[in-house]
Amino acid sequence: MLAALRDRFRTLHSTAPFWSLRYIDEVREQLAVRNDTVEPPALVMDRGAMLTAVCDGGYGYCATSDVSEAGLQAALDRATAWAEATRSASVHRYEPSGMPTPRGRRIATGQAIPAARNALYDLLAAESRAARRDPRIVERYAALTLRTVEQVQLTNTGGEVHQQFGYVISHAHVTANEGVETQTRSFSHAQQGGIELIDASGFRGCGERLAEEAVQLLLAPNCPSGKLDLLLMPDQMMLQIHESIGHPLELDRILGDERNYAGTSFVTPDMFGAYRYGSRLLNVTFDPTLACELASYACDDEGTPAEKVWLIREGILERPLGGRLSQLRARLPGTANARASGWNRPPIDRMANLNVEPGATPLAEMIAGIERGVLMRTNVSWSIDDSRNKFQFGCEWGELIENGRITRVVKNPNYRGVSSTFWRSLAKVGNADTFEVHGTLYCGKGEPNQAIDVGHASPACLFSGVDVFGGHAP
Amino acid sequence: MREAFFDLAETLNRELHAGEALLCALAAERSHFVRFNRGLVRQPGSVDQRYLTLRLVRARRQASATLALAGHDEDLERSRAAIARLRDALAQLPEDPWLLVSETPQSTVSERHGALAPAEAVVEQVVARANGSDLVGLYAGGTIVRGFANSYGQHNWHEVDSFNLDWSLYLEADRAVKASYAGFDWEDAKFHAALESARSQLGHFTVPRRTLEPGEYRAYLAPRALEELLGLLCWGGFSARARATRQGPLLRMEHGAALAGSVTITEDTANGLAPQFQEDGFVRPPRVTLIEAGRLGDALVSPRSAQEYGLAVNGAHAGESPESLDMAGGRLPEAAVLTALDTGLYIGNLWYLNYSDRPAGRITGMTRFATFWVESGRIVAPITPMRFDDTIYRVLGENLMDLTRERELLLDPSTYEARSTRSARLPGALLNALRFTL
Repeated sequence: MLAALRDRFRTLHSTAPFWSLRYIDEVREQLAVRNDTVEPPALVMDRGAMLTAVCDGGYGYCATSDVSEAGLQAALDRATAWAEATRSASVHRYEPSGMPTPRGRRIATGQAIPAARNALYDLLAAESRAARRDPRIVERYAALTLRTVEQVQLTNTGGEVHQQFGYVISHAHVTANEGVETQTRSFSHAQQGGIELIDASGFRGCGERLAEEAVQLLLAPNCPSGKLDLLLMPDQMMLQIHESIGHPLELDRILGDERNYAGTSFVTPDMFGAYRYGSRLLNVTFDPTLACELASYACDDEGTPAEKVWLIREGILERPLGGRLSQLRARLPGTANARASGWNRPPIDRMANLNVEPGATPLAEMIAGIERGVLMRTNVSWSIDDSRNKFQFGCEWGELIENGRITRVVKNPNYRGVSSTFWRSLAKVGNADTFEVHGTLYCGKGEPNQAIDVGHASPACLFSGVDVFGGHAP
Repeated sequence: MREAFFDLAETLNRELHAGEALLCALAAERSHFVRFNRGLVRQPGSVDQRYLTLRLVRARRQASATLALAGHDEDLERSRAAIARLRDALAQLPEDPWLLVSETPQSTVSERHGALAPAEAVVEQVVARANGSDLVGLYAGGTIVRGFANSYGQHNWHEVDSFNLDWSLYLEADRAVKASYAGFDWEDAKFHAALESARSQLGHFTVPRRTLEPGEYRAYLAPRALEELLGLLCWGGFSARARATRQGPLLRMEHGAALAGSVTITEDTANGLAPQFQEDGFVRPPRVTLIEAGRLGDALVSPRSAQEYGLAVNGAHAGESPESLDMAGGRLPEAAVLTALDTGLYIGNLWYLNYSDRPAGRITGMTRFATFWVESGRIVAPITPMRFDDTIYRVLGENLMDLTRERELLLDPSTYEARSTRSARLPGALLNALRFTL
């Protein structure tokens, strides 16, 4: 398709001094077994292109699923008309001569997915069947998402970026119920790669474990309330990083673009370089170089080459998450994170891969040092204010820690805090043995709205003196 | 587009093999999206998208493929290729015991053509009327289409021209009023009036903000705030599948718990904006009563749940969430809200709600935008954002004092993947107490 696109792009014309094309061809297939019944498979074959025009002062886009020469030209005409019509009313004065001419290439790695689906269905059926362990279990679900993406960016100044991505994402959940009590345990593994990810993920065998844990939760007491030590495992650290570091550091929020929808940020431009975001143990990076992480890429959707950047070093805030355009508007350094959720949405500042770097403490040592606390894993509830400060998060699974030992399972573990001070209570950071790569496909923001995949890798982390509580009556 | 879709479906139907059935669903839109910040244009653009979902059925097996259509001849070849791929998929599948297809044709047509202003003219008017004010938000306008055709001869078409300018007006920092102007015929005068109304509300933010201690306060939830609360309940609360698997947030209502007798909630397709048919071609009844006088009513039943749980399908989509929510009004005149509240919180908007204990119906979330402290029936000061954490049985049960007589039609501004056709017609709710925690 790349050669055909090049040929079609060469024939396009516009009165705008700069124009570009971003083409995406995505194939996504969902296979699932629920309560031992195969769910109807769903295949999505999505493709289209966004044409962008920049004239002196103005910018406009038009996206189309008609990628013929005529379709692309019509879209470019519309994009050009938008750029011309808004040149005197744009919040940013665009300069065509300053637009980038990107070059880049990325090939997807990973083993190919077999054409036959029988073996995959056998695996899903086995996990669903293995979860049928107790009459209180009311739902057993196992699913695989197979996804490939090819993306091409071309500019009329000679820029060309060609990138390929592959994903095999596994998910399972088991729900148990007794009377008015329902508990769910889930498994999720979202990384880039091929069919080898299934074995690497720990998906095999998860059905039985999830079933046992769901029933355990039904029988467990509620999480205790109080100011307690809080040990967050990497699959909950993912959410904690996402909501209370990632979103507040997005430069478009700081610039006010998101104030009508996703919100603003408690972080202000003057805080970069000086603000103590967390304890000295906190080191946060924007890292597109971990090949398996969901949002690893060669260039972002504005064509900026992606590289690892430190955002918080030893607790001090260094730079925001902002792409090329946001950096120009804010006059701040940033990252290669201008990303679009698909061909029909324009790039905005997104998180991509946002990671907490590992520390030095083994998990056993962290637990041994806790007098009274709760270990939590697997996010189930998330809520945070529009400036990404006051938060309340809940997990599926809790374990009470007393006098340096895990003593029992507790259900409905929740905690609340304030982002601007929470990270200063970071008391210990797990070593590389506790480091895990996670990600979510559903980070939502932007107008028009965009849901996009982001990666978060983290070790286990211990926070002291956190407001922890359980379920039922508030 | 209508003729092209039905022609394409007809051609594909003619080429089916013996024993096969085909369901074709179209979801398309031609939209203009203009993003504003600080009263100026942040991102202007247009999107032309057409998605065709083909569901092939044979020997009690089914599989589906969704493809982006180009709008010309190549669509037929790509659709044929997709169907060939579906045939291969069916050969690897066991029988689906929960397969249910509507074999009795029920064709419908619903078209609403509006007088949408050219998007460039809307931009000119918004920028001119904002006149340097800090207006931020999104104009989304254009034509939305949903179509359905199957090999049993059913044809359904839904086409509507609409716009939704969803915006906020900021005084400074996070002091802002949220507003919207949505409909079918753009009128500059109406937008101007809405903008002036927001400007006058901003006057309440000129006094210093008050920070409240956690605790219980009397509260009034304006319709937009109530929409957030009910929007969260729509996540599993009215789903037949969630109810059958005991995963819904209203689980305790299945065991006898009740809301206040004044609470009646309906899926009101007859008066909403959503299509009269769902993606598998099942036609929706005009109304489904979800909660009646505080008691659990019918669930929304998709074809798959109908087959699995032995229920009657009522036109729900696979997600089984309401699309045209309607909540009955009460006796409180809107003009008397502040007097009735007396002293407490006027909450214009809530934000980022989630369950802190889902089966117990316990919900947490934040106040946002126009939320004020009221004393003796008079707005005294805006408040800093507060977190609430309370159960639905307290909020819409024991602590619900009244609902407003007047109701507001709220068109969903959501644009994830496509412009939403959801709507809600809601009153405001006066509460004797709402529990705040942070």
